[in-house]
Amino acid sequence: MRLGTSFASLAFAAALAAAPAFAQKKYDPGASDTEIKIGQTMPYSGPASAYGTIGRIEAAYFKMVNEQGGINGRKLTLISLDDGYSPPRTVEATRRLVEQDEVLFDFQPLGTAANAAIRKYMNAKKVPQLFVATGATMWGDPKHYPWTMGWQPAYQTEGKIYAKDILTNHPNAKVAVLYQNDDYGKDLLKGLKDGLGAKASSLIVKEASYEVTDPSIDSQILSLKDSGADVFVNITTPKFAALAIRKVYDSGWRPTQYLANVSLSIGAVLTPAGLEKSAGLMTVAYLKDATDTEWENDPAMNDYRAFLKKYYPEGNLADSSNVYGYSAAQTLVQVLKQCGDNLTRENVMKQAASLKHLQLPLARPGIEINTGPDDFFPFEALQLQRFDGKHWVAFGKVIE
Amino acid sequence: MDTFLAQFLSGLATGGVYASLALALVMIHQATRLVNFAQGELAMFSTYIAWSLVNAGIPYWGAFALTLAISFACGIAIERVILRPVERGPVLSMVVIFIGLLVILNSVAGWIYSYTVRPFPSPFPSEPLFGQHYISSHDLGAIAVTLAVLVLVYAFFRFTPLGLAMRAAAQNPESARLVGIRVGWMRALGWGLATAIGASAGMMVAPIVFLDPNMMSGVLLYAFAAALLGGIDNPFGAVFGGFFVGVLENLLGAYLIGQELKLTVALVVIIAVLVVKPSGLFGRTLVRRV
Amino acid sequence: MGAGNLPHAALAPWKRVAVAACLAALCVPPFVLSNFSVFQLTLVIAYAVVLLGLNMLTGYNGQISLGHGAFYAIGAYAAAILMDHYAVPYWMTLPVAAALCLAAGFLFGLPALRLEGPYLALATFALAVALPQLLKYKAFEAWTGGVQGITIVKPDAPLGLPVNADQWLYFFALAVAILMFSLGRNLLRGRIGRAMVAVRDNPIAAEAMGIDIALYKSLTFGVSAMFTGVGGALGAIAVQFVAPDSFNAFLSIAFLVGIVVGGLGTLQGAVYGAIFIQFVPNIADRISRAAPWAIYGIMVILFVYVAPGGVASFVHYVSRRWRRKT
Repeated sequence: MRLGTSFASLAFAAALAAAPAFAQKKYDPGASDTEIKIGQTMPYSGPASAYGTIGRIEAAYFKMVNEQGGINGRKLTLISLDDGYSPPRTVEATRRLVEQDEVLFDFQPLGTAANAAIRKYMNAKKVPQLFVATGATMWGDPKHYPWTMGWQPAYQTEGKIYAKDILTNHPNAKVAVLYQNDDYGKDLLKGLKDGLGAKASSLIVKEASYEVTDPSIDSQILSLKDSGADVFVNITTPKFAALAIRKVYDSGWRPTQYLANVSLSIGAVLTPAGLEKSAGLMTVAYLKDATDTEWENDPAMNDYRAFLKKYYPEGNLADSSNVYGYSAAQTLVQVLKQCGDNLTRENVMKQAASLKHLQLPLARPGIEINTGPDDFFPFEALQLQRFDGKHWVAFGKVIE
Repeated sequence: MDTFLAQFLSGLATGGVYASLALALVMIHQATRLVNFAQGELAMFSTYIAWSLVNAGIPYWGAFALTLAISFACGIAIERVILRPVERGPVLSMVVIFIGLLVILNSVAGWIYSYTVRPFPSPFPSEPLFGQHYISSHDLGAIAVTLAVLVLVYAFFRFTPLGLAMRAAAQNPESARLVGIRVGWMRALGWGLATAIGASAGMMVAPIVFLDPNMMSGVLLYAFAAALLGGIDNPFGAVFGGFFVGVLENLLGAYLIGQELKLTVALVVIIAVLVVKPSGLFGRTLVRRV
Repeated sequence: MGAGNLPHAALAPWKRVAVAACLAALCVPPFVLSNFSVFQLTLVIAYAVVLLGLNMLTGYNGQISLGHGAFYAIGAYAAAILMDHYAVPYWMTLPVAAALCLAAGFLFGLPALRLEGPYLALATFALAVALPQLLKYKAFEAWTGGVQGITIVKPDAPLGLPVNADQWLYFFALAVAILMFSLGRNLLRGRIGRAMVAVRDNPIAAEAMGIDIALYKSLTFGVSAMFTGVGGALGAIAVQFVAPDSFNAFLSIAFLVGIVVGGLGTLQGAVYGAIFIQFVPNIADRISRAAPWAIYGIMVILFVYVAPGGVASFVHYVSRRWRRKT
């Protein structure tokens, strides 16, 4: 361990040891005896408005927590502003949250561009930019940006796992890739290429991209099929994943297919695409799919369903964004619990960076959250799974 | 060759989508000489109404017909209530109102139905015709519906007195009034028909692209390109334009410039047509007398 | 078309005092308001410059543009690329942005010559819709930073003046805006302005009188784009970030809405419109989280019915009534 980190851990250990003796309350703006103010920006309008449900379910979850007494007796107040997926509006809304509403920290601001726009500001102001809702790999950089932390597994990590599986099981494959032409798609593709290493250019025979505004991706699928590839990496968001799976099958192409994690929902993607057309698909997962009957009797899933019914009835069970938001909210609750009465921004970051073996109820068994002063990637583990026509069936070990 | 054929047919399928919305644009233009920016959102909203009806248990074709009727009525209502007061005003006011409508419809749809993507039922069988894998039965069915609407629209304008009256009202309102044509109601009728056509376009498109409030935002620009290319006052031209744009976009994307500049292709088509031959390939050139 | 009044020839003395008082009043906010409010006001100033440009084109010259977001983007990216890649000082990026947009606007204006009313609106709308995809294009990525955009550092006050970065930027933007408005006013007051309005109101007569319509229309496009580009550069420096997602079709729509609401064909309209587009989305957000754009749309349509001359005509009306009473 380097000197810096050993000092940090020593300091941390000392702080932990001293904590019980430190019954004194410490507050930064946004925290008080009765309340913790949490800021957030979400695309409730505009092209990415489908993700607005994440903000809504998190608000519902905090409502439930408040009804159960809050955290250490304090109510959670979520101030969630619409930024329309436009970075200038994110900047404005974030400045308002920090300077006018004086929130303690920013929780799950959504979008790569949005978070890129505010990162320097948040770090300069020393306000936590916590559990950003994007999988871009740039968020796990505590050395340069100690106030910014991601949450979900990085897209590049996912890409590397597919690459490894290809190298192990299909070393002579011809690989075709369909990717969404934005930060998400490009980042996953980069992970895939990095994972394939020197063989990337020889293995990948064709790449095709699409925009979220495209009405159809048939043309792209046809081009990919035409390349003669026998492995297809499907880096898409739910709507386009369904279109792609269906077209691939209908066009008579039967490649080995990897599907991106965000689109694994049986209810939202595989059913519209056609269950029989989706058989054999592989993906990685870290959360449970609420529409997979495998979890029918799972107590955590039952709790989730009850929660939806009571606190978020307009939420769609098949939408994996809801499982995502629910789990992120639970992670935050854990962090705040660990803060105790020391509600300074610095302590919030510190506790966020000391989550050990946190097994969330809706995370797949064996996949835990772990963070440390050097490790700003809470979720790193992923499980490969294959669709058998009815369920997602795990295979192989959990990959870190 | 196999792929070329597949790309071509897939382009026809997408083109059918553009063509159907372009028909609605042509209808509005025939009736009011205006470019309706809100057409896509109107179609989307009608499709949501259809979805609600189907969800309530009404069988597909019943819901289809009912949606057409509702959309027709709403179109007339929009023209009479919202547009009538500013009919004589400057063009900019109309453009702004269309934009306002666009924005309102999009928001309200998202508010009522949320932004989750939903599948929409198709009345056509899911197995491809003749077992080939180039084009699905739904795509073929949608093209057939588009062509049927095209024929109906053409027949309406060419062979019925009402269609003639509508064209007269748009071309020369003063003279039309002198002959006894109720110009205001002709415009309203045009709007009603256009909204109904848009509804049918939406219901044909939704099974392909899935139903969500932003469904038409990707299609609208291509539909405009199609309508302009074919001639914005010519229904045949609009449909031809739709297929042409669909195929062009696919072939260019697959063989020449890659998939990342498709919207730019639409932009170039629009500008090129407007600059070089504003009346489009099949439209009539309007000569203004000074 | 509505209240398209050209600025009056010379200002009466009391009016000059009023203007000076206004300017003095504008210097006060940075010292009494929070940094965040100053930041918002800086954006209002940037938008005012943008809307002045658009108003020239659409209000005075009658060419409808739904694509001015593109020129805003060019100005913004110009500033960002110059500051980030070439370490050009912030104030020098403005003239460059202005020159670039002048050229771009003029070039776009040339094919646009043949387009009337709704067709020009359509062509510019197409530009606005296609723009984000164009900005994301792989070939430009090295310059534009792709989807993740470019971050800019806000300049500090020079010479160690006792104002912070937000305040300094406000004054800088204010100075630029005053310069641009004076420039605009002189342009519109003179022969060029009269020619522009003539082209709008009666192009055939204007041509008969010897005005070169093609030249004036393209020039107006160019100048309008230039103003918008300067506004874009100011906006980018204030927000400290540019990315393709910042410049979607809704931005262009917002600009058009701004001038219609503010007041077509008036200088003050640009200011009222800027205030509208900056603050109304926030208010609409609070009325209804679910459908903020619906509120926006409804307000816009109401304005078209009730006050087609925009806020400017309403203010004009009120001030005349008041003057008549006293």
